[in-house]
Amino acid sequence: MSGPRLDAPFGRLIDRSCPTQFEFEGQVIQGFEGDTVASALLAADHWLISRSFKYHRPRGPLSLAGHDANTLIQTPEAPNRLAEELAAGNHPRLRAQNYLGSLASDRYALLDRLGRFLPVGFYYRAFFKPRGIWQFWERFIRAAAGLGVANLEVQPRYTDKQYLFCDVAVIGAGPAGLNAALTAAQGGADVLLIDEHPYLGGALTYHRFDVEGTQSQDMLNTLCDAVTQHKGIRILSRATCNAWFSDHYLPVFQGDRLFKVRAKQCVLASGSSEQPVVFRNNDLPGIVLCSALDRMLCHYGVTSRAPVVVLAGNDSAYLTAVNALEAGLTVAAVVDLRSGPGDTDLVTVLANANIPLYTNATVYEAKTDSSGVRLGKVHVHTCAADGSVGALQAVIPCGILAMSAGFMPAYQLACHGGAQLEYHDDRSAFALTRLPEGMLLAGSVNSIHELAAVCVDGRNAARRALRALSLTTDEDETRHCPQTVNHPWPIFKHPRGREFVDFDEDLQIKDIINSARLGYRDIQLVKRYSTVGMGPSQGRHSALTTARLIAKATGRTVSETGVTTARPPVKPESLGVLAGRRFHPIRTTPLHDRHRALGAHMIPAGSWRRPAYYGDPKDRAGCIEAEAQAVRTGVGIIDVSTLGGIELRGAHAAEFLNRMYTYGFLKQPVGKTRYAVLTNEQGVVIDDGVAARFAETHFYVSATTTGVDRVYRDMQRWNAQWRLDVDIANVTAAFSAVNVAGPLCRDVLLAAGCDLDLSPEGFPYLACQEGRLAGIPARLMRVGFVGELGFEIHVPSLMAAALWDRLMSAGEGFGIRPFGVETQRLLRLEKGHIIVGQDTDGMSHPGEVGLDWAVSHRKPFFVGQRSVKILAAQPRCRQLVGFALSPAAPMPKEGHLVLRGRDIAGHVTSCEYSPTLGQIIGLAYVHPDDSGPGSTITVRTDRDVCVAANVVALPFYDPDNLRQGL
Amino acid sequence: MPLGLLKYGRGDKYPYEQHADLPGPTQLRDHYDVVIIGGGGHGVATAYYLAKYHGITNVAVLEKAYLGGGNTARNTAVIRSNYLTPEGVRFYSASVKLYENLSNEFDFNIMYSQRGQLTLAHTDATVRAFRQRAEVNKHFRGRTELIDRQAIAELVPCLNLDPAELPVLAGLWHRDGATARHDAVAWGYARGATQRGVELHQLTEVTGIEQSQGRVTGVVTNRGRVNCGCVVQAVAGHSALLADKAGFALPLVAYPLQAMVTLPVKPFLNPLVSSSALHCYVQQTSRGEIVIGGGSDPYPLYQSRASLPLKESLIASAVDLFPFLSEMRLLRQWAGITDMTTDYSPIMGLSPLENYYLDAGWGTWGFKATPICGQTMAQLVASGGQVPDLIAPFALERFDRFQQVNEMGATAASH
Repeated sequence: MSGPRLDAPFGRLIDRSCPTQFEFEGQVIQGFEGDTVASALLAADHWLISRSFKYHRPRGPLSLAGHDANTLIQTPEAPNRLAEELAAGNHPRLRAQNYLGSLASDRYALLDRLGRFLPVGFYYRAFFKPRGIWQFWERFIRAAAGLGVANLEVQPRYTDKQYLFCDVAVIGAGPAGLNAALTAAQGGADVLLIDEHPYLGGALTYHRFDVEGTQSQDMLNTLCDAVTQHKGIRILSRATCNAWFSDHYLPVFQGDRLFKVRAKQCVLASGSSEQPVVFRNNDLPGIVLCSALDRMLCHYGVTSRAPVVVLAGNDSAYLTAVNALEAGLTVAAVVDLRSGPGDTDLVTVLANANIPLYTNATVYEAKTDSSGVRLGKVHVHTCAADGSVGALQAVIPCGILAMSAGFMPAYQLACHGGAQLEYHDDRSAFALTRLPEGMLLAGSVNSIHELAAVCVDGRNAARRALRALSLTTDEDETRHCPQTVNHPWPIFKHPRGREFVDFDEDLQIKDIINSARLGYRDIQLVKRYSTVGMGPSQGRHSALTTARLIAKATGRTVSETGVTTARPPVKPESLGVLAGRRFHPIRTTPLHDRHRALGAHMIPAGSWRRPAYYGDPKDRAGCIEAEAQAVRTGVGIIDVSTLGGIELRGAHAAEFLNRMYTYGFLKQPVGKTRYAVLTNEQGVVIDDGVAARFAETHFYVSATTTGVDRVYRDMQRWNAQWRLDVDIANVTAAFSAVNVAGPLCRDVLLAAGCDLDLSPEGFPYLACQEGRLAGIPARLMRVGFVGELGFEIHVPSLMAAALWDRLMSAGEGFGIRPFGVETQRLLRLEKGHIIVGQDTDGMSHPGEVGLDWAVSHRKPFFVGQRSVKILAAQPRCRQLVGFALSPAAPMPKEGHLVLRGRDIAGHVTSCEYSPTLGQIIGLAYVHPDDSGPGSTITVRTDRDVCVAANVVALPFYDPDNLRQGL
Repeated sequence: MPLGLLKYGRGDKYPYEQHADLPGPTQLRDHYDVVIIGGGGHGVATAYYLAKYHGITNVAVLEKAYLGGGNTARNTAVIRSNYLTPEGVRFYSASVKLYENLSNEFDFNIMYSQRGQLTLAHTDATVRAFRQRAEVNKHFRGRTELIDRQAIAELVPCLNLDPAELPVLAGLWHRDGATARHDAVAWGYARGATQRGVELHQLTEVTGIEQSQGRVTGVVTNRGRVNCGCVVQAVAGHSALLADKAGFALPLVAYPLQAMVTLPVKPFLNPLVSSSALHCYVQQTSRGEIVIGGGSDPYPLYQSRASLPLKESLIASAVDLFPFLSEMRLLRQWAGITDMTTDYSPIMGLSPLENYYLDAGWGTWGFKATPICGQTMAQLVASGGQVPDLIAPFALERFDRFQQVNEMGATAASH
């Protein structure tokens, strides 16, 4: 389907030589390159595009600028796309949304007839008796609401983001914005001009600013040429500046790209939203804003055989009538809410064209044609300035009604910056005040509508920006005062209702008033109770009317009533574009490929990936058992590169450590390591590690894999206060490390070649030394986390792979076996070592978890000391203990509760079957009275099976610490 | 269609004024037995229970802006009781019980919808923590269980089980999890309270607290001063600022918390889904909008303006969880100010002033506690300062006594 188009200069956006087509509701629609889906549908005389949210009323375009919800349609991929913005032809198959049956005859439209029983907020009044019945009703209400259907199969497209910087961002490329951009650029500023449409010029491209229609055309050509040729202006078209964030941080959406713009000054030339007249059935397809008719003609060359009626609340609507006339449309009448136009020439123009003019009159009711879904005629009544309606003057058949009750500044971006809207009774209009610093208004958003004044206003805004940037000292030009474009009361209540204030939410005059009658008097409460302004157009066309209605209903002024503020975004924005590429960095150690080659099962550890064990996950227990066996009887090797590493260097390094950690470090000998526990100011254990002293002024401290970033940050924060002479460097990634453990580990190291004396005397337990291992410069520490003779070897990360390879080949004859982090968890559990974060929680203090010994009581201060002391003096509420169970018992899991009678005494934090010990062992928080070895605790396992476990002394394995000291 | 709606067929002739939910504005009186500062859910709930169950009706609720306009209006309406500590579980479970009957108690539909809440675990540490929460909940007869990937896939088929390099390992399925129309909760309480004689004064800001010998004697407002028998403060994000006016400090830090909502689509998601590792939760309202929220902003601030970086990261996580959301449209984002305690539990009960009662520290978890807060605070006020057992663990002194109620793990990003 297609229809004839107007000749140029009408249809400036379409390329008549490039036809396109698409399917809408199964019907093939022809259009041209440059058409939107909506314009092509209108050209095919297809005005019914959607069904409304609540009553499922037929709807067609209102603004044709993408500013309302009436043309939301469904693509195969996405719900809720605006037909006014979708390029015709890009989406071959489109459907309307929110109907049952067909778009033309929606079975849900029954709701429109039931509407009288569905007062505002009806869902608060029913559907809840008897108790619980809401969940039954909710299903139907949810199904009826909700607009489009999400396609659950689609995958995110690739989208990208880009930063841009500029001196002056000009938002809106209408006459004000073009003038502002040009003046700012001529003044030497780097200008970014942003406009949501595919063309420059804004209203100059469709609106007639004078009867002859020459003024805007000339200006458009001159300004566009100058702006596009100026090197200081970058232009972003089809780009929506969708929010204003602090310090002029502007997200600009252009297709699939999000530009994040940081501007020094921000000229807001975003224009204004034309306002509808509120009368019965003002939502029928065919009833549009004057600017929409202008766009239809000038942008798309879409014509109509049906007569047009213009409903004017200002002079500018007359110019739409002139435009329509020139386009060859039949203008059946102009109906003026006022006593006549301010410019009396307009009367003459209409008279010359034999167009009836009704003054002090309004359309009181619109009626459908025979289709039942499209405007067919309007009833014109006399009216007064207060909205009271008199006698019927005429019934005028028409297919299009173009209306303008005035304009509302496009206030959204200013409101994001905290600006307020203030009502001016003399002009019956809201204006913006209290703008954020560096935001300047220009043009109709600044309530200036007369073209020459708009241009001056644009230039003046640019000058103010230039002055703020110290690029000019030029003063402002003088400009005319704002003219009145708003009718004070374009609201005509009808006894039978259906005068829509909010098209998105299907709210009529009575709904707004009844909200106030119910006590929801504050505009915010009106919004929340009635949902006015909560739909896709976010109050663009409803806020002004709502403020007026509520002011009248509550006996306040419109200024006192106000409007609800606008929140970002300005227009609904794509989640996919906001999400962008969704970069998920993971960290791998230099040995990652080695682990993979050895068949490691990798698991996340913070942002790292670590081997859990090596082998088939189906035989997890077997793998772990074999690895543990190797460590206990031979030798194992584990990659511990993910452990945090922090270098502390400086005269006060020991003093710094002494203040950060609970133990004493001042007297720690060079060449020795010490266990280091970190508490926070609440006395809670938050991290642990080993501090190795390599020189008087040099410590190398480890931290947990997931905790090191916080530890490093805390260290810097504290030293910002303490001002100690110490350099703190996070060298986690610079160093990589392995732990070689097991009775044969010394042999492996010797086989690999080491220039240090590794004998028990030369390198005793807890010693640390720097030397060369297998030719690689290394830091060696004797540690005992897994409870065997063990060396932790730290080398520069570049050499880690070489170290691994040499140790593996040196260890081949000794049966060296890599082991993973889950095996390590078992081994350390056997040894009774806790893991901070697993065996501790957000309340664990050192005493509770058996770390009293690691807290120095002789030093004056450490972070958390006061709290630790207070906690230590209090009666303990729980204690972490070891427990053991026979291997036949139901296996407790980590997180299972320890019960004491009917009360929760604690929970299991670690639990494994120990093949070495042949029993189930674990750690659990228990009541202090049950914490002595020999006590029995009750653990509730899966399916509520309670098992009695014996509390045993730690460690489970090698209680005399003979093995790690070998 | 329910028959209850037939009476509205009279159209404009229906006497809405006679059935108004809220009375019009009135003058402030000289004296009230109880002044409640803060006309959010907690404030009006306290007034409601005072009036209905304790016969105390000489009560003024003073609200600096409008009814339920702070965090009551801004929260994302998550109701749940799957906390970690016995104290927390007992308290929030009592709240859920009250919620279940609230529409009928009010004769006003708050649209309480028990859809269940699913929290995803992506690390074995979280699986352990979830098992503990499930066990604690079960102990107090809550309906919470740890479920595996397959059960998750059956529950929410459209969920991506391998998001963001963080495969889902298990889920905490909380059948009692629910949502409700948040505004309606405040309105229902305000309606019930004002019908019983409580005065709700909107646009009435408290600027000073008058006291003598450790007792509050009156409050100064922008509309004049009033004498009072006692004061309840229930001002959420501004708790520390108001306490400062009363002359004492609260251990609170205010952080902005943001949330956002998409254009409505037809229903596809029933439970509330949140991810512990991605700091993101997603739910679908009965209007069809998708509500997306996450953790608090990373820096303290008394400001409720939304920000771009948080929106980007939060939406990225939501798209990771539900890839098809990428084709949906974001309609609105907003922020509230949350008053965070170090242990993620509230501060309720007595204050350093004898007749000044605290309902503060509600951080990101205040909405779900509204009914039980109202009930317990009313008991506290009516008894002249006898702290109900249910809220005794949340006393302000716990921070001095080192007896915190740590709900950190059960709160982050799930609210």
